[in-house]
Amino acid sequence: MFDYETLKLIWWLLVGVLLIGFAIMDGHDMGVGTLLPILGKDDTDRRVMINSVAPHWDGNQVWFITGGGAIFAAWPFVYATAFSGMYWALLLVLFALFFRPVGFEYRSKLPNPAWRAAWDWGLFAGSAVPALVFGVAFGNLFLGVPFSLDDTMRSFYSGSFWALLNPFALLCGVVSLSLLGLQGATFLAHRTEGTLQLRAKLAVSVLAIVLLLAFSGAGVVVWRIDGYVIQSIPDVGGVINPLMKEVVRQPGAWFGNFQKLPILWSIPAIAYVGALLALLAVRAGKTLIAFVGSSLACLSVILTAGVALFPFILPSSAMPKASLTAWDATSSYVTLNVMLWVALIFTPIVLAYTSWAYHVMSGKVTREFIAANDKQLY
Amino acid sequence: MIDSAVVDLSRIQFAATALYHFIFVPLTLGLSWLLVAMESVHVLTGKEIYRDMTRFWGKLFGINFALGVTTGITMEFQFGTNWAYYSHYVGDIFGAPLAIEGLMAFFLESTMVGLFFFGWQRLSKPGHLLVTTLMALGANLSAALILIANGWMQDPVGSAFNPITMRMELTDFWALIFSHAAQAKFVHTVSAGYVTGSLFVLGISSWYLLKGSNIEFARRSFRIAAAFGLAGALSVIVLGDESGYAVSESQKSKLATIEAMWETEPAPAGFNLIASINEEQQSNNWAIRIPYALGLIATRSTTETLPGIREIRAENEARIKSGIEAVIALEAVRKEPQNAELMARFRSLEKDLGYGLLLKAYTEDVRQATPEMIRKAAHASVPPVSTLFWSFRLMVGLGLAMLALFALAFWSSARNNFQQKPWLLKWALFFIPAPWIACEAGWWVAEFGRQPWTVFGILPTHLSTSSLSVADLYGSLFGFVGFYTLLLVVEMYLMFKYARLGPAVLQPNKH
Repeated sequence: MFDYETLKLIWWLLVGVLLIGFAIMDGHDMGVGTLLPILGKDDTDRRVMINSVAPHWDGNQVWFITGGGAIFAAWPFVYATAFSGMYWALLLVLFALFFRPVGFEYRSKLPNPAWRAAWDWGLFAGSAVPALVFGVAFGNLFLGVPFSLDDTMRSFYSGSFWALLNPFALLCGVVSLSLLGLQGATFLAHRTEGTLQLRAKLAVSVLAIVLLLAFSGAGVVVWRIDGYVIQSIPDVGGVINPLMKEVVRQPGAWFGNFQKLPILWSIPAIAYVGALLALLAVRAGKTLIAFVGSSLACLSVILTAGVALFPFILPSSAMPKASLTAWDATSSYVTLNVMLWVALIFTPIVLAYTSWAYHVMSGKVTREFIAANDKQLY
Repeated sequence: MIDSAVVDLSRIQFAATALYHFIFVPLTLGLSWLLVAMESVHVLTGKEIYRDMTRFWGKLFGINFALGVTTGITMEFQFGTNWAYYSHYVGDIFGAPLAIEGLMAFFLESTMVGLFFFGWQRLSKPGHLLVTTLMALGANLSAALILIANGWMQDPVGSAFNPITMRMELTDFWALIFSHAAQAKFVHTVSAGYVTGSLFVLGISSWYLLKGSNIEFARRSFRIAAAFGLAGALSVIVLGDESGYAVSESQKSKLATIEAMWETEPAPAGFNLIASINEEQQSNNWAIRIPYALGLIATRSTTETLPGIREIRAENEARIKSGIEAVIALEAVRKEPQNAELMARFRSLEKDLGYGLLLKAYTEDVRQATPEMIRKAAHASVPPVSTLFWSFRLMVGLGLAMLALFALAFWSSARNNFQQKPWLLKWALFFIPAPWIACEAGWWVAEFGRQPWTVFGILPTHLSTSSLSVADLYGSLFGFVGFYTLLLVVEMYLMFKYARLGPAVLQPNKH
């Protein structure tokens, strides 16, 4: 039905959709977890926050798991090279995530305050660390990752974990942390009431401003650094491997796609619109619109980064021609085609029952509700 | 060359994380259907006690489920972090069922689990039952897709090597999905989960009955678990046999190893019940045998012979020699992918490519392989016998003992006299760990029995790892084992605490 080149492009979009889905869905419960020690002044407050996402965090986390699976299936080169190269960064994310299922499930099983406080910090780490590391990882994509491929396509990573934590990447970490924090804050503003809601609204204002400053700052840095450009590549509609192309580095090259196709500037513009919408709507008491605004910011920030990098996925600073791109890091035609059908069939089904689950559990979570259902809730 | 310490540590880490994960998975698989059964009775009869049973066993389900999710996160990413070359070499095929698992099964299970716990007051009775059923369905579908992925590692169907991308690629999606190895493994594995869930409920209910607490609650739970467990135990054994039949088709080395069958015997071969194994001499010092049994089970015929370990090693030595030519032909065709003659030569040798790669454990350049290296590689092409032989017998022995337990429990619950049989109740209580031991032993048979391959006949284990350092691996291995152990201790503490509290934890002084 589609030719190979179109399929490669569609899969670039689909992985993007999964990452955006992750940011919007898992992003809001990670945002709530990040804000847990900041906004939750007592145990009941914290239980209100936790129970606002309790029925959904597990389903939302599957966006992350499926993202990993989809990258494996669609871009096996990326799955293999990125996760083994940035070994400790990924393990840090995994170890932090370990705290979430047990944190949610075990926290309120015992009344002991020390027990609960320990799991609260676990939930904070399980939310804030991944949110930060994802941005740091994206930042390093812009700088290039030091890996090479040998002629059997085995990848070798020559950097260190600490080199990932450079100032620009950390700035990108601030972007992702404030983005997911904003997502959590707008969600809390919508699902809570009273003083906790007031604190959540304040957090929305602060985080929206931090997000826009950090996002703008990252844009200025990207303008000044070297980007990557494909100089020559065989027919992108054919069967190729990453070593068959030539790549050069050029200052400002990450803005190339925007210069070629100025309509793309609307994508980063939506980030500003979304964040400002969240900020203004929450002040007007339109909390659902604030959540939509924040979700728009998630969408456009991720899409901005993707479009800037396109067609690069994982540029290599150590061996530029080994850079992984949407044209040469993909699966075979058969796999991309089969997986496209799987995605087309199941994604709407997933969205349907997820919406139903939110519909069933809709409404505000209150302090009275927690007190009345002490044993049944997290 | 790849540091063999990196390979060994990567294997230990994978085994540790997979075995830990599989402490929690079987209980989820089985208990979820038991919850469906209990809640169905509640919806059909309107009896409150069955709803309380669903909620109480559901609480224990939740305590277990949390660690299943925790340890499961690792599994989705560990192929990339620690088995990067494997991920590159077979990701085109292996990644697909993993991604489908997320989209089709894990989303369903995880979304419904939230509604299962928090939707009691917001859903109608049938609505909540539907949620519970979809949760169980999601969990079991998850297992199906993971075992399709694993089945392909055991019997790599529907795929071909692509010299340009230097990897295996999918050629037939439906062959992958409906692989005989995968189907047999799936039903065998989920049945093992049903047995685990049933014995968990049966054992804890027996404990209440022995103590004389929660009698009405425990009696009903005991009955449901006995019936479901008997069906599960029968299925696990019948489908285990099917799995063995599938293995005899695809992996003769695994079959010969778990049977400690050194020599090819005239058909039908005898079955070694127990044996004293001598790996050095490639023979058994002595064995207690059942004549004809193995041949009949494994080939379902009286005339088909099964090759012994010595014969398999000799065959593999020939394939390794031919594999050297395949590796050389591959290198040539990769330099000139358009050369039809070179491609034709590679295709004619391709089936032994994996065997040629076995030599990479001994030499970087297979042209330099000495006869000694070839002999060593052929010897290592069959895994060490003793641990497989005994772990298989441990699994089967426990399986049969559990079948006996469930048969007696079912018989007694039909005659309604199990409360008068403290020996049966004690048996059920002290047998709670049995299904876990059998499951882990089964994992060992399946995965260690496939060595020295990650993908049987295609990709050797020692080529499959990431380019990491020994220090990286020590760090992550201790991190995983330490973290998981800590969480397991917490989980066991809560599990014991809530099992002791019993259904009273829902509403005091009720049953």
